Amino acid sequence: MALSTSLLRRLRPLAVGALTLTLLVLVGCTTNEATYPQTTLAPKSDFTTLIDDLFQTTFFWAVIVFVLVEGALLFAIWKFRGQPGDAEPKQVHGNVTLEIIWTAIPVFILVLIAVPTVQTIFRTSATPDNPELEVEVIGHQWWWEYRYPGLGVVTANELHVPVGKTISLRMWSSDVLHSWWSPQLAAKRDVFPLGPRFQKINPLWFRADTTGDFSGQCAEFCGLQHARMGLRVIVQTEAEFDAWVAQQRLGSPLVNGGIVAAPDTTEVPPTDPAIPGLPAPDDPVVVAGQQVFQAAGCMACHAMVGTPLAGQVALIGPNLSHFGSRRWLGANMYENTDENLAAWLRDPQGMKAGSRMVLPRELTEDEIRTLVAYLRAYQ
Amino acid sequence: MAPSVLEHAPAHGAEKTGLWSWITTVDHKRIGILYGATAFFFFLLGGLEALIIRLQLATPNAQLVSPEFYNQLFTMHGTTMIFLGVMPLSAMFFNFFIPLQIGARDVAFPRLNAFSYWVFLLGGIFMNLSFLFSAAPNAGWFGYAPLTSTQFSPGLNTDFWFIGLQILGVASIAAAVNFFVTIVNMRAPGMTMLRMPMFVWMSFITQILLLLAFPVIAVALFYLMFDRHFGSSFFSPGGGGDPVLWQHLFWIFGHPEVYILILPAFGIISEILPVFARKPLFGYTAMVFSGAFIAFLGFGVWSHHMFATGMGPYADTFFSLTTMLIAIPTGVKIFNWIGTIWGGSIQFKTPMYFALGFIAMFIIGGLSGVMHASPPADLQQTDTYFIVAHFHYVLFGGSIFALTAGAYYWWPKMFGRMLGEGLGKLHFWMMFLGFNLTFAPMHILGLNGMPRRVYTYPEGLGFELWNMVQTVGSFLVAAAFLVFMYNIWKAHRGPATAPADPWHGATLEWAIPSPPPEFNFAEIPTVHSAEPQWDARRAAGGQLPEPAHHSGAGIHMPNPSWRPLVAAIGVTIVWVSVLFTAAAWPWWMLTLGGVAIMLYGIFSWAFEPAG
Repeated sequence: MALSTSLLRRLRPLAVGALTLTLLVLVGCTTNEATYPQTTLAPKSDFTTLIDDLFQTTFFWAVIVFVLVEGALLFAIWKFRGQPGDAEPKQVHGNVTLEIIWTAIPVFILVLIAVPTVQTIFRTSATPDNPELEVEVIGHQWWWEYRYPGLGVVTANELHVPVGKTISLRMWSSDVLHSWWSPQLAAKRDVFPLGPRFQKINPLWFRADTTGDFSGQCAEFCGLQHARMGLRVIVQTEAEFDAWVAQQRLGSPLVNGGIVAAPDTTEVPPTDPAIPGLPAPDDPVVVAGQQVFQAAGCMACHAMVGTPLAGQVALIGPNLSHFGSRRWLGANMYENTDENLAAWLRDPQGMKAGSRMVLPRELTEDEIRTLVAYLRAYQ
Repeated sequence: MAPSVLEHAPAHGAEKTGLWSWITTVDHKRIGILYGATAFFFFLLGGLEALIIRLQLATPNAQLVSPEFYNQLFTMHGTTMIFLGVMPLSAMFFNFFIPLQIGARDVAFPRLNAFSYWVFLLGGIFMNLSFLFSAAPNAGWFGYAPLTSTQFSPGLNTDFWFIGLQILGVASIAAAVNFFVTIVNMRAPGMTMLRMPMFVWMSFITQILLLLAFPVIAVALFYLMFDRHFGSSFFSPGGGGDPVLWQHLFWIFGHPEVYILILPAFGIISEILPVFARKPLFGYTAMVFSGAFIAFLGFGVWSHHMFATGMGPYADTFFSLTTMLIAIPTGVKIFNWIGTIWGGSIQFKTPMYFALGFIAMFIIGGLSGVMHASPPADLQQTDTYFIVAHFHYVLFGGSIFALTAGAYYWWPKMFGRMLGEGLGKLHFWMMFLGFNLTFAPMHILGLNGMPRRVYTYPEGLGFELWNMVQTVGSFLVAAAFLVFMYNIWKAHRGPATAPADPWHGATLEWAIPSPPPEFNFAEIPTVHSAEPQWDARRAAGGQLPEPAHHSGAGIHMPNPSWRPLVAAIGVTIVWVSVLFTAAAWPWWMLTLGGVAIMLYGIFSWAFEPAG
């Protein structure tokens, strides 16, 4: 016992020191945006700024209460330390005045937190009057689909929006619950699968302050690959965004972005003759890739410009039109390079176990090479 | 009372030992020890699951375990720690100390008590058997629909989960009825409700919560069973169901469940602080009513788990305000605890270390709780590691610290052996440091964008450093429990020599020998205040003699019985039969067989001769 007691004496200052250090680092290191690209503490939109202001208020009060109460506790422990032989301390059973005081003070502090909370609840819940861009967000196991009604664009995982415009999201799911979370731009909200008597389409809105490429991910546990259901929000200048839309519209036959009245209908939407057609590919490798794409059964799950199913919206896999313009593959899991794309086509289950992507048949290396060229050709 | 006559009467029941005596026991103290040993085993299992989780998350893109096994690990870690660890560890103290603290010889229904234990044991074993079939539950301890539907979870994993929870629910409800009746009816003469020890008070409130909350989860799990096995569609939108209904039902149970886990801890702390500050509990009445108020409010806050589901501003406002209200009675408790040690003469024994550590850590958990009571802020924090930090500060820094304090405090009473002070304090400092290294950085990670329930995270998001620190901390916690077990082993090598009242306690359990005789009290005491043992000590001029050992002759105690075990086996078979609804053979024969065994157990126990 003597050993462990002396060990304790040596451990005690170490423990206290380590704790103090932890607390200091905790306070000092929490808002470093360069270290934490997915931080909630560096808001980049009006929506997340509202939330951050509220958080700062509650955090301020929490720190004050923390210091005072922990301080009182530590002071009492130090001040009233006793020895075994000490006389019995005064036997006090309570004090009504004190009870009233320490009930009233928390009430007062809570009011200071509750008032801005309720104000912010109503401001963040309200849908914006004049959204400048509407996007539909659909969660899938384990990727995100984005549809731009009115623009004729359907894409996956990477949401493009213009800076300084109010974006209104309408969100649901095709299978289980997910939660679309973009910490710097929009916080998160859950998405639900819809049914005949369950039409819960959740809204979310934001207006980005700056351009940039922001990382986010699914926040509601959704099964095997929940950890690999990433997303990005790419905030662009208006000119960049318009150019991106024009590029995405090339060859898109969809009216209203393919969205017909009820979400997830399998009905093929009408085509829009005003949208320019897609120039036919002239590179023979690309042409070969297109033939593989159509013959091997890829179209059972994927829509693609220039194919008969270009306008289909309720397929199992992501719409691959203009896939070449995406920076990431497999919901923010791999960079969209030729090597990674080839590896994915070789063995999608090896790249992302449990993914819904099942090859209709094994592809030859030659077929994979042509498919990569084909998918890459549509930027 | 004439001791000379009794001493010559034949001794009551020979000293009972051996496996059979434990299988047939209806003694609340033995059942308490069974609860404790079983729950500690499951607690270590849940801890082992946590260590594997921490190893997997120590580095980015790690591949120590598969995504599927990781999802099983975090589901089983949560389910195990709540239902098989903390709840039954509290049940150990309910069993052992409610009768002792109210001056009773046993609980109201001793055989029902044994039944509860056996059902709990069988339910816990059943749920963990799933690992042998690589089919451990994998949809989270909250089991959100429609991920739990057969469409998205076709395996047996979710069946093991809901069947296991239904079995455990039977044990919890039966035990809650028992303790409720015991506390209402079996208090010693003079022990009015407002003279009950605070541990009994908080336990009493916990039983009410159990009785009101567990039927709700039972109903929700019945719906889930029908969805999965009998073609209904309560929770699947495709069939006309509503997945949000599951969340409401789950959290109407789930939030009171949080108080089921923490109120017994409040009770333990309120016992320990006065004894080691040598001063009565400050504001006894305020403590009682704040506990009751917390429990009452606990039924009106459930949707604060659902702010991200988009309930609209009015529901958000209501549940936000009720949640913030809970901070008030909780604050009252913390201030009264500080008031209790204020002006006292603090004796720094191991139980007091853990009790003070509890207060310090619980304050942090309470403050982070107020932060995400604010729905807009919660839109950032929910489903992140900030929440994981919060509830571990409440359930580990809170419940586990308090249960450990209770173990050191009551060990001499339960086993007649003092745990070592030096090792105890080493245990405290290792656990305190390890706990904070493990869970404090989770605040940082959560606020900086790390979501929960992820089997890995990519490089470059800044999560690497703190995850590694957390993993180191978790192994320090594990080492602390090794010290605890070594301490127990060492104490039990020696003889049972602990005095009846080693800490100068205030309540009735300290008036009888350590460990207590089967009948507890040779003579039922009469109580005149909330601190009867301090009254006796003062009346005796400061020193009490060791209580005399009594033969127990002439005291009627309930006979041992194996029938509760039979009934428990029957209940378990009924539920397990649901696993086989898809089987080729008539699975309902198994159900009927289980019903028959259960009925045989119950009827033969009802007509068992009194002895």
